[in-house]
Amino acid sequence: MSASLIEHADRLAARYDVVVVGAGPAGLTAATQVAAEGLSVLVLDENLAPGGQIYRAITLRAQTGRDYLGAAYWDGKRIADAFLASSLTYAPAARVWSLDPASPRDDEPYARIGVSLGGASRHVQARRVILATGALERPTPVPGWALPGVMTAGAAQIALKSAGLVPSGRVVLAGCGPLLYQLAMQLQGAGADIVALLDTGPGMGSAWQHLPQFLFSPYVIKGLSLLMSVRRRLRVVSGVRHLAIEGEAKARQVRFETERGTETLTADLVLLHQGIIPDTALANSAGCALEWNESIRAFQPKVDVQGCSSLAGIFVAGDGARIVGALAAAETGRAVALAVLAQLRAERAEQFEQQRVDVLKRSAWLQRGRRFIDAAYLPTQPFLAPEDSSTLICRCEEVTAGTVREAAKRGACGPNQLKTFTRCGMGPCQGRLCGPTVVELLADEGRISPAQVGTYRLRAPIKPLRLAEIAGLPATSAAIHAVTGVWPLTPKTHPAQIDRELSNDR
Amino acid sequence: MFRKVTPGDKALSFHFEGGVCSAEPGDTVALALLVAGIDSCRDSVVSGQPRGPYCLMGACFECLVVIDGVQNLQGCQVQVREGMVVTRQRGGRHALGDTLS
Repeated sequence: MSASLIEHADRLAARYDVVVVGAGPAGLTAATQVAAEGLSVLVLDENLAPGGQIYRAITLRAQTGRDYLGAAYWDGKRIADAFLASSLTYAPAARVWSLDPASPRDDEPYARIGVSLGGASRHVQARRVILATGALERPTPVPGWALPGVMTAGAAQIALKSAGLVPSGRVVLAGCGPLLYQLAMQLQGAGADIVALLDTGPGMGSAWQHLPQFLFSPYVIKGLSLLMSVRRRLRVVSGVRHLAIEGEAKARQVRFETERGTETLTADLVLLHQGIIPDTALANSAGCALEWNESIRAFQPKVDVQGCSSLAGIFVAGDGARIVGALAAAETGRAVALAVLAQLRAERAEQFEQQRVDVLKRSAWLQRGRRFIDAAYLPTQPFLAPEDSSTLICRCEEVTAGTVREAAKRGACGPNQLKTFTRCGMGPCQGRLCGPTVVELLADEGRISPAQVGTYRLRAPIKPLRLAEIAGLPATSAAIHAVTGVWPLTPKTHPAQIDRELSNDR
Repeated sequence: MFRKVTPGDKALSFHFEGGVCSAEPGDTVALALLVAGIDSCRDSVVSGQPRGPYCLMGACFECLVVIDGVQNLQGCQVQVREGMVVTRQRGGRHALGDTLS
C-alpha cells in the first residue's frame, strides 16, 4: 500500500475515523500507527512534502552532497518513508483554518475541521483529531528586528533544507538555544561566512541542578561535541546584552554589549533565535484549555495522560503539546495514536495500552536531560519582555513595547483587551509573533505571573481565507433555504454535486 | 543574500516588479526572491517601511506579495512557476484590487 495523495478539496471524503493535522515527526508516526490498524486516516499538512520543519524536504532531495545537514536530520527519512508507504490519505499544501469539537448532544460525535486545499475549502468530519502542529520560534524582539536582512535561525535552516540555499554575505547569528549552534555548524559546513555567534543566553550556571540528569541524556555527547566544535571554528561571544540591528532600509550592522563594552559588527544577514515554543493556534481556536509551562515560559495545551486535550476527541502530540525534541516527538505521536486506537478499537484496548506503555518508556528515555536544556537555554528577561520602549512588538500593526506597557498602565487588563487599546495582535499573523511577548510585558507591568495574564483567544479562521472560498463551501438545503427563502429543487447533500452546480451557474 | 550550495541544472524565469528573475523549479517565491538578491518584498501596512521574509514557515506574514494579480499571498507558501508575475504588496489589500477572480 502507499499513501494516496490529494491536491484538491473536491477529493476529500466527508468523514474520516482520524484526522491528523501536521506531518512532522509526531504527525507522521501517529498517522502511520493508526493507518496500520485499517482505520481511515486523513493527514493535513501545510508543507509540500512530509517531515515538518525539522525533517523538511527529507523525501524530496537525495542525501548526496547534503551531508552538511548532519546525521540527526537523516534520522527522519525512516519515519517519512514508512508514512508514505501507509494506507492513508495525505493532503500536502493544505491549510487548516478551523476546528470545532464534537457536540456532546450528537449520537455519534464528530469533530469538524475547515481546510483549504487547492484553492477551495471544505469541512471534513473526524471521530478523533490528532493535532501535531509542532513548534514555532519564540519571537525575538530587539531594535531593528523588522528590517529586511533579519530572519530567524529556523528560516535559514528551512532555506538550507528545502532549497539548498546558503547565505551569500556576512552572517551574524544571535540569541540563545541549541538550534543556533546546530545552524552555525550546518551553515559553515555548507560554506557560509559566519562573522560571529552572539549568545544572549543565561549560561550553564542556571542549569547546574539539572546537570546530573543531563549526563544520561541521549543528547549529551552530541550536544557537547556540537558546542565544542562551534567554539573551535567560530567566534562565539557569551553574555551578550542590549542587542540591536541597525540600518536604513535593510540590516547593515549589529550592535551589542558585553562585560567588555560595546561592539559593532557589519552584517548582510542577521539570524535571530530565542528557542522554540508550542504552536497552539489551532488548539487555542478550538477552545482547548492551555496551561503555562514555567520551565520554557510558554503556554501549551493541557493534556491528560492519554494525550487528550480538555475537549473530548481532540488529542495533541509532539512539540505542539510540549517541547520534547524530534526523537521524543515521534514517540509521543505513536503513544497518542495508540490511545486513540484503544478508544476506536475498544475490543483490543488492552493490547494497545500495553504497546503504549512501552512507547512511553522510550519517550521518557529520550526526554531525559530536557530540564537541563530548558534551563540552560531559557531566554533572559530583557529578550522576553523588552525594556527599550521603541522596540517593535507587533510587527503587523507596528505596536511598540512602550505602547504595550503604556496600555497596561492605562488599565488594559489582558491580551484580548490590549487589542482594542492598541490593535496589537490584530494583523495577518494573528498574534503568532507578538503573543508571547505581550504576555511577558503584561506580566512584567502587572507584577503577576504569565499564567494569570493568559493569552490571546484565537478564533477561526486561523489562517487568512478568501471570501470566495467561504462562499464556495457546500451548503445544505436548509442553509440555502435560510438565506434565499427558497427550498432547492433537489437535496444537495454531496459536495461534488453542489460544486458542479456552482460552476454551471458561473 | 542567498545562493545555491550546488546550482541545479534546471531553471525557470519569473517576473518581479518588471524585471526578469530566474529560479529553480520546486523553490518557493520567497526563496526565489532571496536568491535573486531581493530582500524586501512588501511595504508595511502602517508606516510603509520595507519588509522581507522573516520565518519562511508561514507564521509571520512578512513575505506577502502579489502573485499573478492576487494580493496578500505568502511567498513562502507558493511554489514559483514559469512566467509568474510577482509584484510588491504595497500596504494592505486593496478592495477590488485583484485582477483575477
